[in-house]
Amino acid sequence: MAATQNGTMIEVSDLWKAFGPLQVLKGISLEVRKGSAVALIGPSGSGKSTLLRCINLLEMPERGRVRVGDQMIDCARGKLPADKELASFRARTGMVFQLFNLFPHMTALQNVSAGPLYVKRMPHGEAKELAMGLLAKVDLADKADAYPSHLSGGQRQRVAIARALAMRPEVLLFDEVTSALDPELVGEVLDVIRSLADEGMTMVLVTHEMGFAHEVAKTVAFMSDGAIVEIGAPHDVLGQPKNPRTQAFLARFHSFTRTFAGTR
Amino acid sequence: MYRWLLLKGLGFTILYTVGSIAFGLLIGLLVGLLRLSKSRLVNFPLIAYIEAFRCTPLLVQIIWFYYAFPVLVGIDIPAHAAGMLVLSLYTGAFYAEIFRGGVISIERGQWDAARAIGMRHIQVLQRVILPQAVKRMIPPFINQSIIQLKNTSLVSTIAVADLLYQGQLITSATYRPLETYTTVALIYFAILFPLTLGAQIVERRLQRSD
Repeated sequence: MAATQNGTMIEVSDLWKAFGPLQVLKGISLEVRKGSAVALIGPSGSGKSTLLRCINLLEMPERGRVRVGDQMIDCARGKLPADKELASFRARTGMVFQLFNLFPHMTALQNVSAGPLYVKRMPHGEAKELAMGLLAKVDLADKADAYPSHLSGGQRQRVAIARALAMRPEVLLFDEVTSALDPELVGEVLDVIRSLADEGMTMVLVTHEMGFAHEVAKTVAFMSDGAIVEIGAPHDVLGQPKNPRTQAFLARFHSFTRTFAGTR
Repeated sequence: MYRWLLLKGLGFTILYTVGSIAFGLLIGLLVGLLRLSKSRLVNFPLIAYIEAFRCTPLLVQIIWFYYAFPVLVGIDIPAHAAGMLVLSLYTGAFYAEIFRGGVISIERGQWDAARAIGMRHIQVLQRVILPQAVKRMIPPFINQSIIQLKNTSLVSTIAVADLLYQGQLITSATYRPLETYTTVALIYFAILFPLTLGAQIVERRLQRSD
């Protein structure tokens, strides 16, 4: 537990990841304090999602260390942790995906209770109760028995959030979770994330919703070309970016930066 | 009295069909699962097996196993065993590909989501991938099995007493090829036609449940 005493929940150090000849992450280091939210922004292909997927080891970095809570994985080329170790590491983090990735053969309730039931071996009744509670939390108690194909995008994403929460994770990772949603459905998902942030959930969000990043995140990191080129408080990074690449990227969110400059 | 011969032949045909489907399924499941491994060492011999059986005629395989294989290993293999062995290996190669195809047809996001909640590899397969994949495997599996019933007629060439072989016996005793072979064909048809219809119904149901 010594590692968490200074209040960092996630610690990524000198992370390198390549897909074949393409070097996607080039020595990334990042710390996320317990109870705070970090937003990762940047152009597509900059490595944001890969970094996120390395934090719960859905992608195996070839070099670097990842620590979540008091569990640390040291990655070295060609050395894969055992399946069991990986699974237990991933169980401490929840992840929500751009395309929801709900299990289509399970109802909303079954999706949410799958983790507790099969991974934690929780008794049936208890898992069901937990899942019902979480569905109520995302305002979908009435859809417990619906299959994903009968839910709207926003509803699916809220079920996915409940599914991630069901493992009682120490950390939540959000990978562009509103990018695939119709604009009118974005709000309901952001509301859920906002309330989680208010409850003090530690989270990392890859997002293109600059307004939301500013509102919810304590820290914004701008990534470009496999590196974090600027990191700091939202009003600094989003409002007065210093790095030319950040400036160029944010210039595309014109209206936003303008509104933003006005408020300061 | 020839009716009994035909019935006996039909019994063998069904026995060979069911038997080779059962063994083939075991082989296909095992090979198909192992084929999902990323190791080349594992994959190479399995691909060799699958392609050897898919890319040579079944008739040649039957004859090779019955006449050539014993020369190679120095043991005689009874026709019954050779027939069952080849039919199982042959259909197993196809099942393996159906199985693997079903598993890899499931989106990567399903693996991601299942792993993200901490499932181990085997749990991901059991709880998330296979329940979805099996549904996609059923139609090609049924088709392959129907074809397999027809394939069994080839074992008559090594004197396994299946339906067609009995027909040949009856023909040589009675000199009535028209009646005999027509009867044989009708028996195959009477079994396969309802099965084919059934397969179509199953396929339509599966589509609707998506």
